[in-house]
Amino acid sequence: MKAVLKNINLLHPEQKINEKGVDILLIDGVITKIGNLTKEDSASAEVFNFSGKYVVPGLFDMHVHLREPGREDEETVITGCNAAASGGFTGIACMPNTEPAIDSAEVMELIHKQSSAHLVNVHIVGAATLGRKGEVISPMAELKDAGAVGFSDDGVAIKTASILKRALEYSKMFDMPIIEHCEDESLAGGAMNESINSTRLGLPPIPSIAEDLIVIRDIMVSEYTGGKIHIAHISTKKSIELVREAKKKGLKVTSEVSPHHFTLTDDAVKTYDTNTKMNPPLRTQEDLDEVYCGLKDGTIDCIASDHAPHSLEEKEEEFEHAPNGIIGLETEVGLALTELVHKKIINLEKLIEKMSINPRKILNIPIPKFEPGQTANFTILDIDEIWTVDLTKSKSKSKNSPFDKRLLTGKAVAVLNKQMMYYQDKYFKL
Amino acid sequence: MPLTSRHLLGLQGVPKEDIQLILDTATTFREVLERPIKRVPTLQGKTIVNLFYENSTRTRISFELAEKRLSADSVNFAVSASSVSKGESFKDTMRNIEAMKVDMVVVRHSTAGAPLFLTKICDANVINAGDGIHEHPTQALLDMYSIREKLMKLEGLKVCIVGDISHSRVALSNIYGLKTMGAEVSVCGPLTMIPRFIEELGVKVIYDIDEAIQENDVLNVLRIQLERKAREYFPSIREYAKYFGITEERLEKNGKDILILHPGPINRGVELSSGVADGLNQIILRQVTNGVAVRMAVLYLLGTLN
Repeated sequence: MKAVLKNINLLHPEQKINEKGVDILLIDGVITKIGNLTKEDSASAEVFNFSGKYVVPGLFDMHVHLREPGREDEETVITGCNAAASGGFTGIACMPNTEPAIDSAEVMELIHKQSSAHLVNVHIVGAATLGRKGEVISPMAELKDAGAVGFSDDGVAIKTASILKRALEYSKMFDMPIIEHCEDESLAGGAMNESINSTRLGLPPIPSIAEDLIVIRDIMVSEYTGGKIHIAHISTKKSIELVREAKKKGLKVTSEVSPHHFTLTDDAVKTYDTNTKMNPPLRTQEDLDEVYCGLKDGTIDCIASDHAPHSLEEKEEEFEHAPNGIIGLETEVGLALTELVHKKIINLEKLIEKMSINPRKILNIPIPKFEPGQTANFTILDIDEIWTVDLTKSKSKSKNSPFDKRLLTGKAVAVLNKQMMYYQDKYFKL
Repeated sequence: MPLTSRHLLGLQGVPKEDIQLILDTATTFREVLERPIKRVPTLQGKTIVNLFYENSTRTRISFELAEKRLSADSVNFAVSASSVSKGESFKDTMRNIEAMKVDMVVVRHSTAGAPLFLTKICDANVINAGDGIHEHPTQALLDMYSIREKLMKLEGLKVCIVGDISHSRVALSNIYGLKTMGAEVSVCGPLTMIPRFIEELGVKVIYDIDEAIQENDVLNVLRIQLERKAREYFPSIREYAKYFGITEERLEKNGKDILILHPGPINRGVELSSGVADGLNQIILRQVTNGVAVRMAVLYLLGTLN
């Protein structure tokens, strides 16, 4: 099929492309010509008028929980991929806290089998230790051969410094990152951030140092071993300062932030809405301000959803008993554009770096290129469209989000990948 | 003048006029309790469920008596005898109870926010009888009632809450209520048992029990939980008793006439010496009697709102 994307703004920070009002000719989903098209070029082509919209390299979310295998009632590989496509992503990395954990090539195989025909590329973060138990490091070489892009004990930090040291030494052989959920076990177990709000609400507190202590441990062990560490869902002021210092020293430390950690503070917990319960918990305005600084100065490399589907039954339990986490794939682009780009925290170019380029760099995944001969891997953004989040329309199997009915500015209107396109709620072959 | 809310979930944000109204109404019911026939027909025909997800014999009996004395029909729903142990969710249990057409629910729950959750899924008036480490408003109201009864006022009084503030629902409700009524509130206890940001509530923190005695008109002494988990927050019962326990010697040394409250049950020899627990300064049993009157007032005011 011949397709023309008409009158678009082309933006690719890595290739230093920033052009307005160009056309792209695709034949069978492969970029054939970029620029002004002749009548001949467009003849018999399906024309998509994306006037004023941005075409950017396909967005990538490096922190997604797909729940398959184990909790298919909450999300499957396919429903997760549908949510990703609808949210504007052409690639995701899924985390290993499934049941069983992704610590063998066999479990990886199962996920790959489910996702292979989907438009969205599913990359896998393998468990760093067997069963995510923090006792024995996982067969990383085998996982790598099966396609793993990083390793993590996800949901918990690697239990001890000695196992972390081994994991970093071993993964260093493959130049692959250890992705850490930073939380000191002895300080964990609360229901919300320790602040005046936790006192007011009578909820067991999680002190911010629970995160900071593991961040500094991880940075030090990374420095000692030379292994790569990636701090997942960074959320405290101190942790961001620690990563900034580490980066100044040239250490192999990177970090990501989740949209809820740049949008909400722990004031949101006041209604005891279990959709405001996550781990790390929502923090204070002071932390949010540091998140903005970190996004601006590059301390925070990526934005990642930490998409965590949970069943309604579980989220309807009492706040202290409800599970942590919210879905995020379909609100991520809207929140990022609304809260960061339109509020001038970072510009669109920086945002694309953090949502497309940097996560792939960290995980050693090739960055989609805008040049003839390449298969189109695009996200098409309307950065000005005003829309209201409606969870009933979510493609995810779970609906746990605090952002229902929220007004957002900007969204993804289409994604193209693997010679397919998702546009106006439909998948079709290009 | 009616109350401004149809539920009593806590004392945070409850206006002074409402607290005043509850305390004044309690005075009327207090008189009923002295009559030979301690029963009024005020809530006849109303059905009240005492939904206790956590053991609390005292609070439950106090509410039950209050309900009976107002002639309401009351039913106890205790966790051990319920379907909760069969794995039914809080929401389903509540919906079932509501389907039985109840007018009011008195709820005790081990987690914060459970009473608020109830108001969202059922139509009844909800009274919080203690939720997790959050609030226990009727306890604070009866504490305030008892202080007012003895000292004739609340405004301008200096009240110190002593003990494990971090794990106490009584402390938080007392802080909100007393501050609204114009008292000056401080807390005293080992720093491991005092919430890190408590001063933001306008509360002074004292570490020295002698200072607390000298500076205050009233001490509201909390029960130290002796269960294993709470025990991790202080070195030993001996050390606690020595450095934070209220003894006759301590009161004498500081030479002060001070009013002592305790929500019970008392650990004698720990937070209060036996001498103090039975002494002239305390009004502990008076609090228990007043508790019934205060709960009658709350039930009456909420039950006759609609």
